Amino acid sequence: MSTVTNTKKAPAGERIADWADGRLGIYTLAKANMRKIFPDHWSFMLGEVCLYSFLIIILTGVYLTLFFHPSMNEVEYVGPYVPLQGQLMSEAFNSTMHISFEVRGGLLIRQIHHWAALIFLAGMFVHMMRVFFTGAFRKPREINWLFGFLLFFLGMFTGFTGYSLPDDLLSGTGVRFMQGAILSVPIVGTYLSMFLFGGEFPGGDFVARFYSAHVLLLPGIMLGLVVAHLILVFVHKHTHFEGPGRTNKNVVGMPLLPVYMAKAGGFFFLVFGVIAVIAAVASINPIWALGPYRPDQVSTGAQPDWYMGFAEGLIRVMPGWEINLWGHTLVLGVFIPLVIFPLVLGAIAVYPFIESWITGDKREHHIAQRPRNAPTRTAFGVAWITAYMIMLVGGGNDLWATHFHLSINAITWFVRIFFFAGPVIAFIITKRICLGLQRRDKDKVLHGRESGIIKRLPHGEFVEVHQPLSQGERYKLTAHEQYEPAELPPAVDENGVERKIGRLQKLRVKLNQGYYGADNQVAKPTAEEFREIESGHGHH
Amino acid sequence: MKKLSARRRHPLAAVVVLLLALAATGGLYAAFAPAGTAKADETAQSLAIEEGKKLYSVGCASCHGTGGQGTSDGPSLVGVGSAAVDFQVGTGRMPAQQPGAQVPRKKVIYTQAEIDQLAAYVASLGAGPAIPKPGQYNPEGADIAKGGELFRSNCAQCHNFTGEGGALTYGKYAPSLEGVSPKHLYEAMQTGPQNMPSFPDTTMPEKQKKDIIAYVQAVNSDKADNPGGLKLGGLGPVSEGLFAWIFGLGALIAVAVWVAAHTAKAKKS
Amino acid sequence: MSTQEIPEENLPTEQATAHGAVKVADDPFADPGLPPHKPRIQDIDERAAKRSERAIAFMFTLSMLATIGFIASYVIFPVDEIVYIWPFGRVSALNFALGWTLGLALFFIGAGAVHWARTLMSDVEVADERHPMEASPEVKAKVMADFAAGAAESGFGRRKLVRNTLFGALALVPLSGVVLLRDMGPLPEKKLRSTMWAKGKLLINMNTNEPLRPEDVAVGSLTFAKPEGLEEHDHHFQTEIAKAALMIVRIQPEDIKDKRELEWSHEGIVAFSKICTHVGCPISLYEQQTHHVLCPCHQSTFDLSDGARVIFGPAGHALPQLRIGVNDKGFLEAHGDFEEPVGPAFWERG
Repeated sequence: MSTVTNTKKAPAGERIADWADGRLGIYTLAKANMRKIFPDHWSFMLGEVCLYSFLIIILTGVYLTLFFHPSMNEVEYVGPYVPLQGQLMSEAFNSTMHISFEVRGGLLIRQIHHWAALIFLAGMFVHMMRVFFTGAFRKPREINWLFGFLLFFLGMFTGFTGYSLPDDLLSGTGVRFMQGAILSVPIVGTYLSMFLFGGEFPGGDFVARFYSAHVLLLPGIMLGLVVAHLILVFVHKHTHFEGPGRTNKNVVGMPLLPVYMAKAGGFFFLVFGVIAVIAAVASINPIWALGPYRPDQVSTGAQPDWYMGFAEGLIRVMPGWEINLWGHTLVLGVFIPLVIFPLVLGAIAVYPFIESWITGDKREHHIAQRPRNAPTRTAFGVAWITAYMIMLVGGGNDLWATHFHLSINAITWFVRIFFFAGPVIAFIITKRICLGLQRRDKDKVLHGRESGIIKRLPHGEFVEVHQPLSQGERYKLTAHEQYEPAELPPAVDENGVERKIGRLQKLRVKLNQGYYGADNQVAKPTAEEFREIESGHGHH
Repeated sequence: MKKLSARRRHPLAAVVVLLLALAATGGLYAAFAPAGTAKADETAQSLAIEEGKKLYSVGCASCHGTGGQGTSDGPSLVGVGSAAVDFQVGTGRMPAQQPGAQVPRKKVIYTQAEIDQLAAYVASLGAGPAIPKPGQYNPEGADIAKGGELFRSNCAQCHNFTGEGGALTYGKYAPSLEGVSPKHLYEAMQTGPQNMPSFPDTTMPEKQKKDIIAYVQAVNSDKADNPGGLKLGGLGPVSEGLFAWIFGLGALIAVAVWVAAHTAKAKKS
Repeated sequence: MSTQEIPEENLPTEQATAHGAVKVADDPFADPGLPPHKPRIQDIDERAAKRSERAIAFMFTLSMLATIGFIASYVIFPVDEIVYIWPFGRVSALNFALGWTLGLALFFIGAGAVHWARTLMSDVEVADERHPMEASPEVKAKVMADFAAGAAESGFGRRKLVRNTLFGALALVPLSGVVLLRDMGPLPEKKLRSTMWAKGKLLINMNTNEPLRPEDVAVGSLTFAKPEGLEEHDHHFQTEIAKAALMIVRIQPEDIKDKRELEWSHEGIVAFSKICTHVGCPISLYEQQTHHVLCPCHQSTFDLSDGARVIFGPAGHALPQLRIGVNDKGFLEAHGDFEEPVGPAFWERG
């Protein structure tokens, strides 16, 4: 259109953009997104750590597929690594040795791939906890929370299948464990195991099957979820913390073009750079030291990668319960951990729905809360992490034993007890700390900041000088919302008819009071309180 | 002073105090932890067994009995052979300092000559495996790869892939093989010290022991290569996971703090 | 449902909007609005801005140099060259050089871009309005009407036969996919119940590949055995050894507490399955003084002097014992297969 009226031709870049707009509608898209605002906070970058390490894993993974042979055919090693020469091994192991010792840069890419995987999972864990503790999972973000959770869950299994591919002694032991766990499933366990492994363990199929899951099926699903996750981040706009000028109805920060383009784009290179340097200096999964898998060989210290450590802990500390009845065996010692594992993870996944049921709050929330201002949720989260971490300790009980000169049996008993007791203690302590911090905030608002300067008054009294807060600081500390605790409706309604109160409703009110009752949150200072002190005898 | 009192209100003050407290606790522990030394007797040399017997009655008899018959505090030494004595005393395990789940490796307090005398005396109590000759344990020319396979079959289950050691029941453990001499490796396999089972020549011939020693030397010594970089203790996924969390994620969070932080504002002039 | 249960007034009131809408003097906690923008040095001092520009360009140049270094390292260092670098140890020169150069090349692109954004791009904070996710009632009404019209036109609700048969067809068609999975593996049958061990099979020492004699097995020693006829080069070696692996120890007969164990031994030589009954790790951390054997994977502990019963850990039952004896040539032999399935328990084990 413009070319008709204008004699001068538009610049080449604009013409290309016009061409694309005519087919893709990019101008409309850019109108909404090009100057999209992103708030600045380091914890908002954690998701990017995950996104970028995921991209790095895909890039390096594609490179590795150029050399890796997903086959369990037995070959004799003839490569340059002397301590394995002449040993029988699967082609999978042999080709991983080839990547590590003969492909120039192959070892580096392998190490980047594996380090990035560990960091990806660690990043997702921390990112998820950031979202949890700031309440950023509340409406309208519940679905995106589930997408994120699914990414973490699938990431664990993508990691596990990848860890198993080289068919080394350590990963083979891990696969053996998985097969044993599948066998414990009542009724169908043996069938599942036979179908998955193409017969008895280890058979000759699992590497090829894990390979297709590891490079195609699982990452394919994850890629779709990542895209959906990002689209929702754009649609919802990012949460931000309370502060002057920052409300539930706006988002304050820097525009995508140019600041976040440079910051987020640059962060990709920073993440990649840091991981590449880690891969240069620290060895990971040195399969040549582990040796090829043989079902009759094993090494002590047989652990999975960290993200499976929680499952490993469960399986290690479970007592060996086994029930034999009517010619069948119920392998509770293995099956119970297998069930607890998704249940514990699922507890955090469904939490947003439980909280919104308890609060009855159906409004949108775009303010990232300070954890102290949601004491019960924070306490629940810390309790959950405690259970998770205790199981991680359980998963490494043998290394704790050797490195701290303890008895492995004592550690196992410690974990057994504290898997239950630890979260309770953590819950109570965290809640107290949160309430304490709320009180401190209140004091700060009412009396100002303690300056550490002691002043002697004319009549000899010593006082600490308190510096009053600025309006912005006062706002920041009082801007959070506080719920009134719910109450059961009176047992008899206005017509004198007895009201029916369901058990579920009673539970809900009880939980609600546990969240917002008088002992469970500290009331914000009121303007009256503030003025009273202000007009009083001064600050101390 | 004013500076300090202002700074103690700094948000990071608590972290600094915590670090100081941790460092102090560690220092106190180091200062009060039981020291690992014991006093040795020094005696002159004469006939090996005679001298050995003297050494024995001073350093060993209280637990193992005056004639090596054993007591409630120590097992009988009749028939353990000189190789066992050379290993136990030569690695500092004996004389034991205190009863416990396991007697640890310590500073050696006898000279090799004294150890030989002790060994000669104990060997005279009953026949057992003799101290190996260098030709038996010298790993030169041995088959490292075969040694690796044997190591994974017979040793790795307790001592880990590359001999970093591992846990056993009730506080016992398989020690690290780092820096253990070929002779002591050989003697350990031959005699089965403490809870370690023995691997006698009848089931694991001399040549295979040499292969295993060659493998241990190849993967767990100063000369061992770690092409990928830091081996992180050679412990596998647990130390790798810790490294990924602390240094990997830690570094990335540090970078993220820099990326997201506001740039310093110009000072009012 | 729950909105009715909690009256609206229990929900906290929305905070006042920003931009100083509330008179600050009235309310000590009112939102003063976004603080005014303060300039950076680079905003007011062109020399500082120039310094930033040079620093950024310097970082991008470093990145270029690092990439050249990467290519140079790729060419220069042989793939098998090992160098000692403190404190990393004896590492691959190529891996070390490639990793550092690649890492720095990437890092400085990122560092340059971020420094650029932080010092030279505008740092004015901007507020953007949010809009509720929910559609307006008009939009919703329009969508509902459209949907009702479309649904009516399809006849989906009216022509129940069409609808129900469609559901039927859609429900059945995935079955083809499930059926196709059948050939992923054989049925279990009795495969997990038997091993290669059979009456008269010699116990072959895993180390030497020679048959074992009773006099080879000393008290306090540990030996591993496989059944006669199973060779490492065999196609099915891995699958067979996963069940048949054997752990042999010798205990003074008077120390053996379990009667059957003693009966099935040969003069105190006992042969137990090496495969843990928990989830199948090879279990062989044998403590010769206590006769405990520990699994390195999950710490199940068995007492080999007492029928290999479980004394700690997650395993559910004892290690199966193989009944052994001596043949007329003086070699150890099996008296049959294991009497129970080896390895992890399963539903049909019984």
